[in-house]
Amino acid sequence: MLVNRKLILAHFWLAFAVFGIALTLGAWQMFIRSPIGTWLSNPELYYRSLTAHGTVMGYVFPTLVAMGFGYAISESALEQRLVGVRWAWAGFWLIVVGAIMAMVPIALGRASVLYTFYPPLIGNVFYYLGVVLVVVGSWIWVALMSVNLRVWRKAHPGAPVPLAMFANVAGSYLWAWTAVGAALELLLQIIPVAAGLKATIDAGLARVFFSWTLHAIVYFWLMPTYIAYYTIVPRAIGGRIYSDSMARISFILFLVVAMPIGMHHTFADPQVGAGFKFIHSAFTALVALPTLLTVFTICASVEIAARLRGGRGMFGWIGALPWDNPMMLALAFSFVMLGFGGAGGLINMSYQLDASIHNTQWITGHFHLIFGGAIVIMYFAIAYDLWPHLTGRELIDIRLIRTQLWLWFIGMIVTTFPWHWVGILGMPRRMAYFDFGDPAIAPQALSVTLSAIGGFILLASGIMFIVILARGMRAPQVDAGPYRFALAVHQPTTVPVALNTHALWVALMIALTLTNYGYPILNLALSEGTSVPAVYVGAQ
Amino acid sequence: MSVEGAHSNGSASAEVAARVERRWATIAVIIVVMMALLAAFAGIHRATMPQPRVETTDPSRLHLTGEFVESNLGSMLEANGNVTVRAIGQQYSFTPACIVVPADTPITLRATSADVVHGILIQGTNVNTMLVPGYISEQLMRFTKTGDYLMPCQEFCSFGHEGMWGKVKVIDKTDFANRAKGGGRLSCVGQ
Repeated sequence: MLVNRKLILAHFWLAFAVFGIALTLGAWQMFIRSPIGTWLSNPELYYRSLTAHGTVMGYVFPTLVAMGFGYAISESALEQRLVGVRWAWAGFWLIVVGAIMAMVPIALGRASVLYTFYPPLIGNVFYYLGVVLVVVGSWIWVALMSVNLRVWRKAHPGAPVPLAMFANVAGSYLWAWTAVGAALELLLQIIPVAAGLKATIDAGLARVFFSWTLHAIVYFWLMPTYIAYYTIVPRAIGGRIYSDSMARISFILFLVVAMPIGMHHTFADPQVGAGFKFIHSAFTALVALPTLLTVFTICASVEIAARLRGGRGMFGWIGALPWDNPMMLALAFSFVMLGFGGAGGLINMSYQLDASIHNTQWITGHFHLIFGGAIVIMYFAIAYDLWPHLTGRELIDIRLIRTQLWLWFIGMIVTTFPWHWVGILGMPRRMAYFDFGDPAIAPQALSVTLSAIGGFILLASGIMFIVILARGMRAPQVDAGPYRFALAVHQPTTVPVALNTHALWVALMIALTLTNYGYPILNLALSEGTSVPAVYVGAQ
Repeated sequence: MSVEGAHSNGSASAEVAARVERRWATIAVIIVVMMALLAAFAGIHRATMPQPRVETTDPSRLHLTGEFVESNLGSMLEANGNVTVRAIGQQYSFTPACIVVPADTPITLRATSADVVHGILIQGTNVNTMLVPGYISEQLMRFTKTGDYLMPCQEFCSFGHEGMWGKVKVIDKTDFANRAKGGGRLSCVGQ
């Protein structure tokens, strides 16, 4: 029951439009810093582009996808009209206004501080205010998801909350609390300085606040993808969810342990002591747990589909899978990229190994593989799956869809594998150009060139994606029927309260954040003399 | 895609599913615990860990007083034979721009930033630390091979970041000892 299709389509179209812009900037960046480009006479242009790319890809694009998908889940999984549609539109427009407000100073070169802010570098105040508006807009969505679930519970006392909505609301709570770290950094530290009310800032404290957001935001980006793994893929390929309760446990684990681990981003920092670094490292190992459970459950769910299609044998069933189905293809690509990216992530979070790759191109390669690869390819799949239900028109370019997914996969591998490699060689991140004439840097030239070629493959795939969706707006009309989610092999009739509500887990999430962040933050906030003069940036 | 019949024999298959799941969850937990234990063991037994202590400094007075005044930057041979290197990062260079150190010697690198966030990364090694203004970074290191190493700034520090590359020159231990005889702080300058 998708009633507010315009609302959902607006979110998706805005998401994919800004994605297209940021993707183009990204491809240009890969090209211009590679040996096939020529050195920029003004390197500031590179950082301007990088700030726009990161701000859009990190804050605007995934947030809009999660919101649009969340509204679709709320209406179709709960079979209930969205409550608070006007608020939803208000949230959408806040994001539009915020994104424009942030992009204007970036485009003018007044806020080339990168999406990670990095005080004491300080850009134009409207950049930060724009980001705040985007976050506030998304918080309206968080509230609406909670309200809609509450309304449904009243009408269905004691009934199991549909898995998709349970996960969706968990994701929204995760985001609400995740964003608090950066919000504190912006409101208490950066914006007063950017507005000229203060002239000094504690850079170490800012980095700790940001780490609170920076890691868990990744799991917020991941939520729509995992929801698709569990509740769309098995239905789309003709299978069943292997276990409904394991799925719920995975989402709960993300909610609880995604947060108190962010300080693994500060292993190399001087403002955090060894004790908390180790605690966060150990907790980061825990976050592998929901992913390990998910990989198992999804593989088992896919095997069910294969066996129902007549697959036999220990591994013979793999051939019986519907490989021409775009959803199957997207899932397989996503899992391959998740596997490589996850293995790399274990190195990043390692207390010891991190030092060999910290802030090198390995890190950029890592999160492009996980986010741009494993996560975004499922955003594509979600859009393809939902589109006929939103537009009332058929997506006819199935072959083109398959080509698009293949190109994205190949492009992401070609981009990120050499990227990891030059990181191991010690190539630093975020440089507008490299002196490939230096004998010590020359061996990296080939890898950087390969990455740039991968960037163009990704750009081609991204353009195809937008073309397919645009053509889908004008295709012949079709009745796609109600939008359904996958059923479990043993569809639950009752679910324990702990697996049907979020309150306990939200409380645990907040408590763990306080234990793992409370002392370091208070310690830094109360220590004297650590504030340093702000350095204002702006193109001359 | 109806899957009728999946419910038949429900309770028996549910039990099998639950058992298989429990096994996998146990394996997953063991993997996670092993990783944490490995990190703890390496940290305690081999003393490999990120910077443990927090030290602060005032970046606006670095050049006036304290251990990071200009005359104290560079490499110093300690009485016990170890070497201490002091360096600062500022937009867009390191001081000293070329650090000279002996091979096969325990070295303590102490560094900080005079303005924004920078980073020190020595290519071909796992020496890698952030320089955050207001705080002192300390890294222990030891080079086994002589030669030149590139030392780029690994953190975005504004528009000149791409030009912020330093160097580390690792020389023979006795050569270093000879050069250190005169006292003072060594860098590649004057070699």
